[in-house]
Amino acid sequence: MRYLPKSPAERQEMLAAIGINSIEELFSSIPEPYRLKKPLDLPGPLSETELIQYFQARAAENSAGYTSFLGAGVYNHLRSVVTDTILQRGEFLTSYTPYQAEISQGTLQAIFEFQTLMCQLTGQEVANASMYDGSTATTEAVLMAERLTGRRRVLVARSVHPEYRDVLRTYAKNSGLKIEEIPYSAAGRVDSNELKTALRDDVCALVVQSPNFFGALENLAPLADAAHASGALLVTAIAEALSLGVVKSPTEADIVAMEAQSFGLAPSYGGPFAGVVAAREKFVRQMPGRLAGQTTDQDGRRGFVLTLATREQHIRREKATSNICTNQALCALAATVHLALLGKEGIREMAEQNLAKAQYTLEELEKIPGIKRTFKAPFFNEFTVELPRSVKIVNAELLKDKIVGPFVLGAAYSELSKHALVCVTETATRGEIERFAGCVRRALEQPL
Amino acid sequence: MAYPKQFRYTKEHEWVDAKDGNATIGITDYAQHELGDVVFVELPATGTAFTAGKTFGSVESVKAVSDIYAPASGEVIEANAALQNKPELINTDPHGEGWLIKVKLANPAELTSLMDAAGYEAYIEEKKKEASA
Repeated sequence: MRYLPKSPAERQEMLAAIGINSIEELFSSIPEPYRLKKPLDLPGPLSETELIQYFQARAAENSAGYTSFLGAGVYNHLRSVVTDTILQRGEFLTSYTPYQAEISQGTLQAIFEFQTLMCQLTGQEVANASMYDGSTATTEAVLMAERLTGRRRVLVARSVHPEYRDVLRTYAKNSGLKIEEIPYSAAGRVDSNELKTALRDDVCALVVQSPNFFGALENLAPLADAAHASGALLVTAIAEALSLGVVKSPTEADIVAMEAQSFGLAPSYGGPFAGVVAAREKFVRQMPGRLAGQTTDQDGRRGFVLTLATREQHIRREKATSNICTNQALCALAATVHLALLGKEGIREMAEQNLAKAQYTLEELEKIPGIKRTFKAPFFNEFTVELPRSVKIVNAELLKDKIVGPFVLGAAYSELSKHALVCVTETATRGEIERFAGCVRRALEQPL
Repeated sequence: MAYPKQFRYTKEHEWVDAKDGNATIGITDYAQHELGDVVFVELPATGTAFTAGKTFGSVESVKAVSDIYAPASGEVIEANAALQNKPELINTDPHGEGWLIKVKLANPAELTSLMDAAGYEAYIEEKKKEASA
């Protein structure tokens, strides 16, 4: 399907067909004070040469040669040029929504394979074609739990990503959902005593994240038992999808909401990414967004179609399971290609490297006087440490040595003002980890 | 298919068969025909109360999901469990085995405002004319 601009003559023809004279008349229903009466303040057109020069100059502003120990929901992982090469193919890059199965088999198969991979990773029975990102997937999972249980109270662990909680609060603000937060324990996990007090038979969902925002792995089985005992559903968010290479799938969860950025998507400016909602099959009719299914054509050959589309907004309008979602098809394709390249063993190996390097980094940091590990719960590739000095000051020093420092936890948790969330992926070499620890030591030894 | 004389009908194509303060509710032959093959039915739990005109469930066909509106106020005493595994009963026997719920009516007098079989048949004749116009 092509998108072609209209000529002035064609515009005039269209206006005449609906019986008006001008574009201004078309917008006459917008009250006078809100109408823009001058052209948009945009720079003039550039020649091709000027345009290329402009973007080369912008590209030169990109920083290069930095080592990052920053995670907190966006992870720096190895990516292959194969992924980008496949994404650049016109059949995928400029394709339209695959409503017409007979001309969209490639797109539909790619989506179906993405869903299959997400089910295999999360241990769930159905996964959708993707959502905007992990934060909206988490909120959509909560809305799904609300529809399934008919209840309106939501318990969210404070150890869930602060931005995921912000997005949930935004949705909840005018929808009547009641959001309550459950504190974390000394181990850095959901406080089970506080949870027991808050869980009653009016709760639709208990939302936890694992590994949680502090990097700690939650113990999902007792959380699921507690939620189920009061008739609530367990929603498990996963921000670092690569953890599933070594961490057991969250099979105890009723709904899994995941961010798939770690699979072949560059951190960029924090997006675009791909969210995932996966759940038990019995909940499929309450699942938000698109679903591709496998079927056979009239000659018995394997084929793919959009399925259960009657739940979606192009058919069910305002009663659709979601009116605030999309399918991040291209980002989901990147994840699919990336996972297919890595394979089962590759994902495991990559995850093991993260685990080992994060463990080594913690050991190196703990040798520095005044640095203490904050939470004792096991972790994957992120952990929390307390510094004897402001994390911001240390980070400013690190930046001089081309090191992007850890996340300043005080920015989201006022009680953790001297705490740093350190992330170590397979991209950091042993040498760089040791250089990082050395720079931290010097930054702490410097006189104030 | 004939429209049973003892039923009352709504403009949203539900039928009601009332007796001694209780009623069985379903969707009409015309409605199932318009929907096409029914693949899933969502029904309220026993004990759910609703008022006339409110939605109490939905019928999903290969073409659309349609809400079902309560023809009268009442409380659910039974939902048709057979529809969970055989939703196609709505297509094959809409006025019989394809019933949706049984309710205890809050106010049986509400039913007098609904159409009788002759009135409903005239109503759908009008609908058919509109559709072919």
